[in-house]
Amino acid sequence: MTRPLVRPPRKNPILRTRVPTLPPGGRSRVALGLTAAAARGRLELQVCRDCRTVQYPPREACRVCLSQRLDWRQQDGAGELVSDTTLHHSNELFYRERMPWRLGMIKLDCGPVIVAHLHGDCAPAPSRVRVRAHIDRAGQAALLAIPEKDTPNMADDRQLREMTCDPKFRKVLVTDAKTALGQTLVEAVVAAGADLVWAGYAEHWKKPPGFERLSKLPQVSLVPLDLTDSRAVKDLAGEIGGRVDILINTADHHRNFGIAARDGIEVARAEMDTNYFGLLRLAQEFAPAMRVRGADGQSSAVAWVNLLSVFALSNFPPHGTYSASKAAALSLAQCLRAEFAPAGVRVINVFPSPIDDEWNQALPPPKIAPVRLAADIVEALRGGAEDVFPGDIAQDWLSRWRDNPKALERELAVMPR
Amino acid sequence: MSESVLLQLAVELASGSVRVVDLTQTLSPDFPQIVLPPEMGQAWPFRIEEASRYDARGPGWYWNNFSCSEHTGTHFDAPIHWISGRHLPDNSTDTIPATRFIAPACVLDCSREAAADADFLLTVDFLRNWERRHGRIPAGSWILMRTDWSKRLDPVAYQNLDETGQHTPGPDADAVKFLVDERQVLGFGSEAIGTDAGQAFHLKPPYPCHYYMHGSGRYGLQCLTNLDLLPPTGAIVIAAPLKIKEGSGSPLRVLALVPAAVRTPARSSDKSVKKKGRTRKKRR
Repeated sequence: MTRPLVRPPRKNPILRTRVPTLPPGGRSRVALGLTAAAARGRLELQVCRDCRTVQYPPREACRVCLSQRLDWRQQDGAGELVSDTTLHHSNELFYRERMPWRLGMIKLDCGPVIVAHLHGDCAPAPSRVRVRAHIDRAGQAALLAIPEKDTPNMADDRQLREMTCDPKFRKVLVTDAKTALGQTLVEAVVAAGADLVWAGYAEHWKKPPGFERLSKLPQVSLVPLDLTDSRAVKDLAGEIGGRVDILINTADHHRNFGIAARDGIEVARAEMDTNYFGLLRLAQEFAPAMRVRGADGQSSAVAWVNLLSVFALSNFPPHGTYSASKAAALSLAQCLRAEFAPAGVRVINVFPSPIDDEWNQALPPPKIAPVRLAADIVEALRGGAEDVFPGDIAQDWLSRWRDNPKALERELAVMPR
Repeated sequence: MSESVLLQLAVELASGSVRVVDLTQTLSPDFPQIVLPPEMGQAWPFRIEEASRYDARGPGWYWNNFSCSEHTGTHFDAPIHWISGRHLPDNSTDTIPATRFIAPACVLDCSREAAADADFLLTVDFLRNWERRHGRIPAGSWILMRTDWSKRLDPVAYQNLDETGQHTPGPDADAVKFLVDERQVLGFGSEAIGTDAGQAFHLKPPYPCHYYMHGSGRYGLQCLTNLDLLPPTGAIVIAAPLKIKEGSGSPLRVLALVPAAVRTPARSSDKSVKKKGRTRKKRR
């Protein structure tokens, strides 16, 4: 059984902060298919269209019939641990610093035999396990075997924690805690065991209903933060930037106009100022300190979460300028992800369905409730994905977009507004 | 003759027998801006971005780019700002005759009333009482409503919002009409975020100070400070907006020339007049 994590001792300031190292990150283009699926939280393996063989590791051709007609198909990961071992030596710096390290060989029910990282609660071979694909610190897919059934405290497993961004005992900044989502997210992160949550608020002379209750939580510290104000962002980064382990950017400016429905560019500019430039300001001020803390002990800097929108994938014309600002933010988030890669800090992009708030009032259901979205964001931090699409609309749009982005563009153009 | 007056002014400025009082709030991202329903067009708050600071972006110099609304911080309202003044001649910041930018001021001390009632409305009775003590309001004067609202350094107290909106003092409709029609004032200045009271949307007409003042070609000044350092009469106000083409207003530096011999009124309840270097409070 995993022993529950204990709060890490305070950092000894005379010791050098460990420099981030990464597990091996090189992948062939075909092997990146595994990463592409893991990024969405799925285990997918190549399946031969001709002879139905499921194969691993990824190859250019079927290992049985040499067909090149290979499709990535989702697998449930169920299998049998046939042997397990504990590594005590590695020439890879990342593993060398984390010894001992448990590995296992698993015969998947779908066919292939794989080598995977082995959760501490997996019984010695032979035993039943589930294999998952997680994005690891190098940003690549890694296969991880966990027990067939959940065990107590399994999230606290040392090896698993190296592949997740669990908020437990970490310090979290929620950039806009004033909205319904921001408020419930702060509460959800506290419930997930965060040591400290900084709850950002702009224009504090406007008091939204419910905001006062956050200040009553002992883990919560209210901090002034307006992403449109470069000096405010810099000031806060100067105060707390060196301590933030997880940054969740919930700041969002949302109005409901296309091009023709509103004269001028003021609304579009305000959306850009928060949704795009706000992310840029945050990244310039907060990312540098997080980059050097990618291996800062048990509670290192691990994740940066962007609240985007499923509208970032394809423009939703009734909310056209908002969609454009979210597409811009998505592009910038890719740059941030690349710049975070050497530090092992994961950038998680959240593409929610329309949130059930005042700016989506006129949209018909289904809409995602803020409390549900907050739970999904915490779940993403505990999981292995880097792109998450909470809610039914987001899942539906994602599948249509992956199938045929041009078709989705046409469909959205004729949606009722 | 006029040359001698100006020379005399220079001498008195140098000797301190004429003081210069700065009536301007510092332009800062922390200063709140006017609150409108979020679906409406908004006034930009003051924002500033560094262009370079003796660094790779400009090795020997420091400068910034800033952005704000015409109605951010201590600012001037031109008649074209309001629909009632939109067809008047010389109604924008670039066409207002420059002579209007220097004028005497009458300072109405409403600090006690505003302390007792955030929704205090200035009335004709109040104005007539003031005239009994200080003389008839001269035509062409600024009317400056002192409320000590600028002493509310916390933006929460300064904005004073609740579920029914903003609660700040201002004039009632009759007082504005009296000042415009019967005293021919140059304009109306306030310490709060607008010349009108926070609840003035519910007056008849809505926002009477904007409606009547600008409809009659008069001006507004808001977010003033240091009005407690001015005498009831005798100060000269210099308030020249930026020459923005078709500008509806502009942030500006407002200065008052005050004879040193004139004592400021002892009516203020607040004794702390330490003005230098104070900053608007940021909540942490």
